[in-house]
Amino acid sequence: MSKLVLKNVARRYGSFEVVAGFSLELVPGEFVSLLGPSGCGKTTTLRMIAGFAPPSSGTIEMDGQVISSPSTVVPPEKRRMSMIFQSYAIWPNMTVGENVAFGLQVRKLSRAEIDRRVDKILDVVQMRGLKGRYPAELSGGQQQRVALARAIVVEPEVLLLDEPLSNLDANLREEMRFEIRRLHDEFKITTVYVTHDQSEAMVTSDRIVVMNHGRIEQIDAPHRLYARPKSRFVAGFIGRTNFLEATREAGEVRFDGFSAAAGRVEGAETSGSLLYSLRPQAIGLAMARPNGGSLAVEAEIAGRSYLGEYWDYQVRPLAGARPLRVSTGPNAVFEIGSRVWLEIDPAAMVRVE
Amino acid sequence: MTVAAPALATPAASRRAFAFDSTWLIWIAIIAVLLFLVVSPFVYLVVTSFTAERTGEFTLSNYAAAYGRSRYVDALLNSLKLGASAAALAGLFAVPLAWAVARTDMPGRGLTRMLVLATFITPPYTGAVAWILLAGPNAGWLNRFYVFLTGAESGPFDIYSFPGLALVVALYSFPYIFIFTTAALELVSSEMEDAANILGAGAWRTMRRVTLPLALPAILGGLIICFLEAIALFGSPAMIAIPARFNVVTTQLFQFFGNPVRVEVAAAYAMPLLGVTILLILIQRLLTRRKGFVALTGKGGERRPIRLGRWRWAVFGYAMFVAALSVFLPYLFLLQAAFSKAWGRGFSLDNLSFRNLHFVLFEHATAAQSVINSFLYGAASATAVVILTLGVAYIVTRRLVPFGGALGFLCIAPFVIPGIVLAIGFYAAYAPPPLALYGTALILILAFTTRFLPIGYVNASAAIRSLNPEMEEAVRVLGGSRLTALRRVVAPLLKRNLLGAWLLIFIPATRELSAAIFLYGPNTKVASVMIFDMSEEGNFEYLAALALILQVLTLPLLWIGQKALGRDFMLRRSAT
Repeated sequence: MSKLVLKNVARRYGSFEVVAGFSLELVPGEFVSLLGPSGCGKTTTLRMIAGFAPPSSGTIEMDGQVISSPSTVVPPEKRRMSMIFQSYAIWPNMTVGENVAFGLQVRKLSRAEIDRRVDKILDVVQMRGLKGRYPAELSGGQQQRVALARAIVVEPEVLLLDEPLSNLDANLREEMRFEIRRLHDEFKITTVYVTHDQSEAMVTSDRIVVMNHGRIEQIDAPHRLYARPKSRFVAGFIGRTNFLEATREAGEVRFDGFSAAAGRVEGAETSGSLLYSLRPQAIGLAMARPNGGSLAVEAEIAGRSYLGEYWDYQVRPLAGARPLRVSTGPNAVFEIGSRVWLEIDPAAMVRVE
Repeated sequence: MTVAAPALATPAASRRAFAFDSTWLIWIAIIAVLLFLVVSPFVYLVVTSFTAERTGEFTLSNYAAAYGRSRYVDALLNSLKLGASAAALAGLFAVPLAWAVARTDMPGRGLTRMLVLATFITPPYTGAVAWILLAGPNAGWLNRFYVFLTGAESGPFDIYSFPGLALVVALYSFPYIFIFTTAALELVSSEMEDAANILGAGAWRTMRRVTLPLALPAILGGLIICFLEAIALFGSPAMIAIPARFNVVTTQLFQFFGNPVRVEVAAAYAMPLLGVTILLILIQRLLTRRKGFVALTGKGGERRPIRLGRWRWAVFGYAMFVAALSVFLPYLFLLQAAFSKAWGRGFSLDNLSFRNLHFVLFEHATAAQSVINSFLYGAASATAVVILTLGVAYIVTRRLVPFGGALGFLCIAPFVIPGIVLAIGFYAAYAPPPLALYGTALILILAFTTRFLPIGYVNASAAIRSLNPEMEEAVRVLGGSRLTALRRVVAPLLKRNLLGAWLLIFIPATRELSAAIFLYGPNTKVASVMIFDMSEEGNFEYLAALALILQVLTLPLLWIGQKALGRDFMLRRSAT
């Protein structure tokens, strides 16, 4: 049975739809991210799951029981969930130990049991030594660990995270992504994670829900989102890409500066104008004409940037007008203006809406 | 391991509980309290002004009586004149001081702030008494000093005059302008001034063209508050204007309240005071919201003090001159009077006496009790205001009920009702049966509560807005109720703010005179009324002793406030 089911959930302020037609099912122990630009409705969705906001239409069920609908909302404190907030919301008037113990006290556990569990979870997040400290004496990363411990120690039915890493510096953010995933693998709590950072979502999640303007664009595993984006928005939001406009004419798909047989390109059954996404990494670059099944297109280097881990080239097909972006390893050096060959695998071109 | 979690409630039941039991009950309770405290006295005030005294019928005769004699109308005009001249004079005291303290390297800036605070916590009527000792005709110390220096027949100073009254009122209301102006000046960044400098403007031109214009809306706002203070003041005019044989609105109202009490005429006569106050508060709000002021609300940027060079000491001298008028001289001669057998006999050892203190504390029939009353009523109303406004501010800020804004408005509304007008409203509403509260402690506590609701609300809502709601959501998502969140998180985090708000209400409440004078009874005399009575009897030695006792008792509270909230907690914008 599904742990958490959102059925056609919407939230409106007046005539403005913040979230619309949102449907999602989470299996027990699954880690799902809501990913999208700011204002896409992901936090609103999370707050509806938490019970802080009622849906304008649709229902939310947990373990088969309706917990949210437009007419009835189980208040947050009765949902047995926990949540990690963007600001961490660590209570500054309580020590680390008291913060973590709070949820257990509310659940009326014995003092000995509370102590045991608090110590155990503080060990897990490596904060045992700081149990008696006040939050003001902690660094941002340590506060984050307290927030994690406080949310996990009650063993919630569902764990909700609202952009929990956005206030940390870059290095710490990368470390904490793995930490969050590690804790998930250890405790197997069904988790909904809201973020606008695609790499955060990709590192942590089993599945990612990409949202835009209050609607779901695509739900998929991270590698499928990258390799097989369904919409222009998803292709552009997850990683960098080239958008190729094309038209089908007489068994051929014509791109800007080259063409391919219709049978070798996906989704080219219909005639008319088409749009494809082609990742810069999926294009090969060589001085000599490549052999093999790929398309070979003669081109010229129009611009380049060196980014340490890779080269970012702008390469214009000789017969075309617009340059493509191509990524190569840091050792593949081509001078601006030199003639090169592009090697394009037709299967790497993904048709998007 | 498993956690015994609270059972998943059925949605229908919890929804019903939320919708009817708690939220609506609280809303209705708060609305009822606010109707009782704010709306009903106001409505009674207006209705009473149109009601015939005996028959209870609608009439305009109260207005005819209130404005039918030229001396009644003169009193109105006198009030406007007094407000304008006191505000202008207070501006002359406050603006240079505020600029010097906020923006320059004048020596003794901390000292100046402290002296402004000392002025601020001196009740205007205490200041008025001190100035009667200083500048009373013939016997006043300044006149005697003048005679001693020049050998003239008599001194030139006479406090019992319109200029004398304006001076005394200005001296104890200039801190309002000081607070507004420093708050604004502290937001003008040095970069704005640097920009003028680099374009060739010198220090004076920069101040005239850039700094002061930026602070101007705040200064005007302060002047307006000062004007309103002056026209609503009862104590100083009663002590000075009445012997000088002229009236202002408040003293005239007091006479309508004499035997027999003509509350209907008083209500009619209070209307212009109310109207002017509402109008000017609206103007003041508009001023401080204008575009020019918005520039100040952004990031202040770095601020460097302006170097005054050899002017430093001249400016310092001016600050000390103002302080001499408002603090040094008044307190020196209050002390002298309090510890002398007869204040007129001057500073000599054989005139030294502790009898006044002893008499006021232990022998006088009601003096000691009046101080206790002041503190009891002040504490009760401060506590009531803090609890009530905290509740309203929480409900409004967290949007727990529809139309929460109306609750907030009712809490702020008494700001436009002068204390004396409020007292008439309370008298009209609650003195007659069925409540018959006149002369009880309760009516004083209720009136003080209403009077200080705005201070409480402004502080409470600022405090709650400073709390991230996620702090409470974290409690709820872990299974705690809203009440748990309030008890375990909100209240502990707001302790200091609440203490501060409590003190900001308690301290002025212990000094309140203009509402108390209309509502006290034989057993509920407060210290301010006691002081006023003593001044009418001419007992300046006892009076000085009592006034000083009141001031000394305030010092530990100030100390607590400064410990908890920082040294300038009384001189911030939110305090007014």
